[in-house]
Amino acid sequence: MLSNLGTIFVIIALLISFLLIFFSLREFKTNNNLIPGKIFKFSLLQLFFSISSFIILLIAYIISDFSLVNVYENSHTNKPLFYKISGTWGNHEGSLLLWINILVLFSSLFLFINKNRDKNFKILTLLFQNILIVIFLIFLLSNSNPFSKLFPIPLEGLGLNPILQDPALAIHPPLLYVGFVGSSIYFSAALAALISKIDSRTLAVSIKPWVLVSWFFQTVGILVGSIWAYYELGWGGYWFWDPVENSSLMPWFVMTALLHSILVLERRIGLYSWVIVLSILTFTMSVTGTFLVRSGILNSVHTFASDPSRGLFILSFLISMVFFSTYIFFKFAPTENKKYAIFSKETFIIANNWFMIFFLGVVLIGTLYPVFLDTITGSKISVGPPYYNLVLAPFLIPLLFLMTSGPNYKWISYETKSFFDVVLVLSVLLFLITFFIIKNNSFLLNLILFFSIYLITQTLFDFYESFKKRNVNISRIISHLGFGLLIFFIYINHIFSQENNFNLKLGEIKKTDQYIIKFENLEEKSVKNYKSIVGYFNISDKKTSKTKELKPEIRVYDRPITITYEASIDSNLFSDTYLTMSNISETDIFNIKFQVKPFMNFIWFSVLLLSLGGLLNFLSRNKNEKN
Amino acid sequence: MRKINYIIISILFSFLFIILYSSLDNERVYNTKDLIGKKISQVEINLFQSNETINTKEFINNEFTILNFWASWCAPCRKEHPNLVRLSKIKNIKLVGVNFKDNVENAKNFLKENGNPFDILAEDKNGKNSVNFGVYGIPETILIDSELKILKKYIGPLNIKEVNEIRKLVKE
Amino acid sequence: MKNIINILLLFFFITSNSQANENLNNKILKNLRCLVCQGQTVQDSNSEFALIIKSVVKDKIKEGNNEKEIYKFLSEKYGDWILLNPPFKKNSYLLWFLPYLLFILGIILLFFLLKKPKIRLK
Repeated sequence: MLSNLGTIFVIIALLISFLLIFFSLREFKTNNNLIPGKIFKFSLLQLFFSISSFIILLIAYIISDFSLVNVYENSHTNKPLFYKISGTWGNHEGSLLLWINILVLFSSLFLFINKNRDKNFKILTLLFQNILIVIFLIFLLSNSNPFSKLFPIPLEGLGLNPILQDPALAIHPPLLYVGFVGSSIYFSAALAALISKIDSRTLAVSIKPWVLVSWFFQTVGILVGSIWAYYELGWGGYWFWDPVENSSLMPWFVMTALLHSILVLERRIGLYSWVIVLSILTFTMSVTGTFLVRSGILNSVHTFASDPSRGLFILSFLISMVFFSTYIFFKFAPTENKKYAIFSKETFIIANNWFMIFFLGVVLIGTLYPVFLDTITGSKISVGPPYYNLVLAPFLIPLLFLMTSGPNYKWISYETKSFFDVVLVLSVLLFLITFFIIKNNSFLLNLILFFSIYLITQTLFDFYESFKKRNVNISRIISHLGFGLLIFFIYINHIFSQENNFNLKLGEIKKTDQYIIKFENLEEKSVKNYKSIVGYFNISDKKTSKTKELKPEIRVYDRPITITYEASIDSNLFSDTYLTMSNISETDIFNIKFQVKPFMNFIWFSVLLLSLGGLLNFLSRNKNEKN
Repeated sequence: MRKINYIIISILFSFLFIILYSSLDNERVYNTKDLIGKKISQVEINLFQSNETINTKEFINNEFTILNFWASWCAPCRKEHPNLVRLSKIKNIKLVGVNFKDNVENAKNFLKENGNPFDILAEDKNGKNSVNFGVYGIPETILIDSELKILKKYIGPLNIKEVNEIRKLVKE
Repeated sequence: MKNIINILLLFFFITSNSQANENLNNKILKNLRCLVCQGQTVQDSNSEFALIIKSVVKDKIKEGNNEKEIYKFLSEKYGDWILLNPPFKKNSYLLWFLPYLLFILGIILLFFLLKKPKIRLK
């Protein structure tokens, strides 16, 4: 029943999308300056049917309706309700429906919220957005229908992959999707802007909130994914430069570049074409990421069950989309006259953009190079964290420097600033103190350390200054401070992390340089959807003689049968103590991975701060508009 | 000018499409392509249930040598065993079996049940020695020539097609 | 200069030889791909394959092999796919050069963009 209803709703949504395309094409030609009410009505209907179809799938998951293949393959009656719900988007078909819902949601929101914009611009945005919707709906219906029926109806489902049964991962996909699928709306708007030839300020004002929203969600989504990887994968790392992680980072770089460019576009004519290129590129990167993840051409920890036919569809869409947008761009792009002073704010923003595009390039090269090499020559190589660290790290130094000095330059004009100021002296001092505590000899790392400290001090100083003048650009300050802190704490964490791997039997003791680890007890326990072995470890610090209890687990989930290793983390403000255990087959020996990771919470906090800046900018914008 | 731009862009996109399209069929798992033509390490291997060892250098004396890594606990090994027996009938191949991380009694029983096709039986108690041969997961079979060069490396159980391939290779 | 380094190194090794070895061990294992896993490093995996590689690396360090020698040994046996840090050779020249090429190209582009117009003060 639900299956039929769901499919029907999706088909209705598809028909409405066709109607909307038809209406907007017709409307585009008339000279009337008002968007007719029927477009609003149909857009609302489209939103209704698409959201309803998603709710139907949600209900099917909640009541465990195994007549749907998708529910059968990804759920189980024994699962806690929360994971039944999150199972809806924990698989390819369901998440594709979520994708489409976000496309539709942003389409309607754009139509309804931007009341006073140029009519042709809005109509065209609607047109392009609906073309995207139609394509993805056809993909859903023809290849990946979450409402496909199963007969005879099985009594029990196969269950959800246990590593996905986790609160962080339950909210991670929706966040990320709002982020990068949200970028579709400024992709459509950019194409519309080219054709309808709206001026740069209108373009900037109309896409800025969407860029901010998607950037915010993308940042938070990446953060949540990273936290999940940290405690769930049990390796103690939080970023692996895994292809799937890279796919979420690639659109982020372009969004960040776009965010900054819009600042220029908002104030004066310049970078018009560049903003359009970036808007197109953001969504292109989103689709590229989707292609890389869904087609399974990459070997990753996070891959979905892959299927080449999906890959082919997304690839064809991707290439034709890029081709089509390039065509429109070259046909309609205006010629602009550029007036920049070398030391004006614009230059710094252009430099920021250059770095972001460079980072994007490196990640893209690192991710795709092995694929290309394998296809062309047949030899396999791996590109892992060492590559990215080696190539990217040196470029952090100029980036940090630009972030420090850039914001204090004026628009257009250029003004000299005394080089030796209080902030610089203070930063050098702070750096020297940190240096003597850390005593790390790597030249590169010390430079990064210095410039991150410089950025933090300068930003704090700016905060104080602008507070005095009551002219607070608080969002920039918070975001830049977040980034400075992020680099600083990643560095400190990197230097002070300790890791020991050793084998222990029950009752044995291991002494490291600083800690005594005692394997005290082993217990079995049985929970609703898994059985587990819990180890009890006592960790005592030789210096402070403080003790901690850690209880790592080895879980055996029954649906589907999977073994997971749950880390036990004792997290306090300044340092995390992290322990995972795994059994060595056919012995009573356990392999223990013991890690001390300082300032983890500060890393999360820094990213939160970074994203908060974006949110604040979005909120303050709305306030300004109302006034 | 504009026309040339379009042509260049079209070629670029077609190129990208073709590469990515063909990459959809790439094998996503480990393969041994890079290892073909390399020489195997010259190391000592322990003979099965004995204190003696044999050095892989000595394989120079054989026209062809096959190294097969197996264990009684590995189900695919059981499946491929008849094919090893087939290979043992080819005269110019010396068949060396390396028993991998196994229980001695089980291994003996395994050979008793399924026949012993090996000219030389060796063992690798802790699996470390097998790393010298790039063993990734058993069963694995390496065909080398008299210069100790790897001609073929099979991961997983040998099937009859591969037996015929080996037959063809050594007949030349 | 070299002597000083040697003395320092010696001193360092006497004080914390075991810890240094362990750090080197961890560093190497983190740079190796577990071939039987999905995108995991050898360090992070508990598969049979990873366990064997772990003990082999440990032995090699004890025998006095350095980091490079161990990578070379393993890539000879398993191909370059096992190395997460792609070695600089024929099949990876482009991988290593392309980013820098991109960066330089960008600078040139920026230069032309910024050079043309005259500075106008408001």
